[in-house]
Amino acid sequence: MSGALFEYLLRHGDDRLVLGHRLSEWCGHGPILEEDIATSNIALDLLGHATMLLKLAGQVEGNGRDEDALAYWRDEGQFRNLQLVELPKGDFGFTILRQFLFDAWSLHHLEALARSSHAELAGIAAKAHKETRYHLRHSSEWVLRLGDGTAESRGRMQRALDELWPWTGELSWQDEVDRELQAAGIVPDLEPLKAPWETMVRGLLTRATLVVPAGPMRMTGGRRGRHTEHLGHMLAEMQIVARSHPGARW
Amino acid sequence: MLDAVKDPEVPVLSVVELGVVRGVQVDGTKATVTITPTYSGCPAMKVIEDDVAAALHAAGFETVVVNTVYSPAWTTDWIPEPAREKLRAYGIAPPGAADHLVTLGATVRKVACPFCGSFNTVTQSEFGSTACKSLHVCQACRQPFEHFKPF
Repeated sequence: MSGALFEYLLRHGDDRLVLGHRLSEWCGHGPILEEDIATSNIALDLLGHATMLLKLAGQVEGNGRDEDALAYWRDEGQFRNLQLVELPKGDFGFTILRQFLFDAWSLHHLEALARSSHAELAGIAAKAHKETRYHLRHSSEWVLRLGDGTAESRGRMQRALDELWPWTGELSWQDEVDRELQAAGIVPDLEPLKAPWETMVRGLLTRATLVVPAGPMRMTGGRRGRHTEHLGHMLAEMQIVARSHPGARW
Repeated sequence: MLDAVKDPEVPVLSVVELGVVRGVQVDGTKATVTITPTYSGCPAMKVIEDDVAAALHAAGFETVVVNTVYSPAWTTDWIPEPAREKLRAYGIAPPGAADHLVTLGATVRKVACPFCGSFNTVTQSEFGSTACKSLHVCQACRQPFEHFKPF
């Protein structure tokens, strides 16, 4: 049980750590000051969620690793995040559309996870769920504005959607790790969350005049440690200071 | 004595008024304080933890333990009315009730300007200088201001 729970916490903690880092790449580079601040704030929330989940993962594992050890001292193949979140940030449209797809999934996932029989995990999920509602409002508002915007902004959003859609299938991917924890009432079955997510996402994308691609949502592997070539580069940048100066404090 | 420990980012409120301090247990010269973060990503939490410990050490406690809990999740509903008035006087529009929160699309919430009281205000950004505040502009008195978001 603790092995499965450790794995599950890594998967969802890593999602937020990696996506938070991708968002933080906009700090100082936002298209407008307000968005520079907004993306940085959301990045901080996601890093906060990652901290809570990875700290708990370290406690569950029981080998004395804390959240920093897990974030900075694992290599690419040991990361369990979705491939969706590790893709480079692209332009602002790509970033905000990915955020919307992830936020909409998180909203459903965290709401269900907040009913976990594991009290601490339920508390973390409930807290993260509240913040996710604000993230979703922010990202959905931008998807509407940019999709139903100028020819240039709509074109960019459509290209982003065409590129991102195949990666969204992994959101609801599950295996024996999930099933073992589901049997104990610790985590929710993701299958029933697919329809409400898709209804929400398709509804908003349609309002934004965007066309959902017909192709399959087929990219998976992140949960098993198989990643795109982008994650290693990102981790190199994210981990360099901690690895160059082990134990440094400031 | 924790009333003297202010939120470093909203220094008009103490960590008690903000609802960050959830409980204090005193056992002789040992004090155990339970705190909860406002937002998970709030960078002020570490400072608050250090400030709380420093205040209690200064008050004579030899051992100070600060525990962090996440449940029940912090809500702006814990900020009492007098503290909301302090926020307003400081130029930050206080939060409304946190029960009707956000789903998709544009904001419908109207926020009163903390300077002139007008509801003729527009939202500039959902995220201000900190995650807990949004940015607005008053159309009546032309004053930009921050709003402590209901959460």
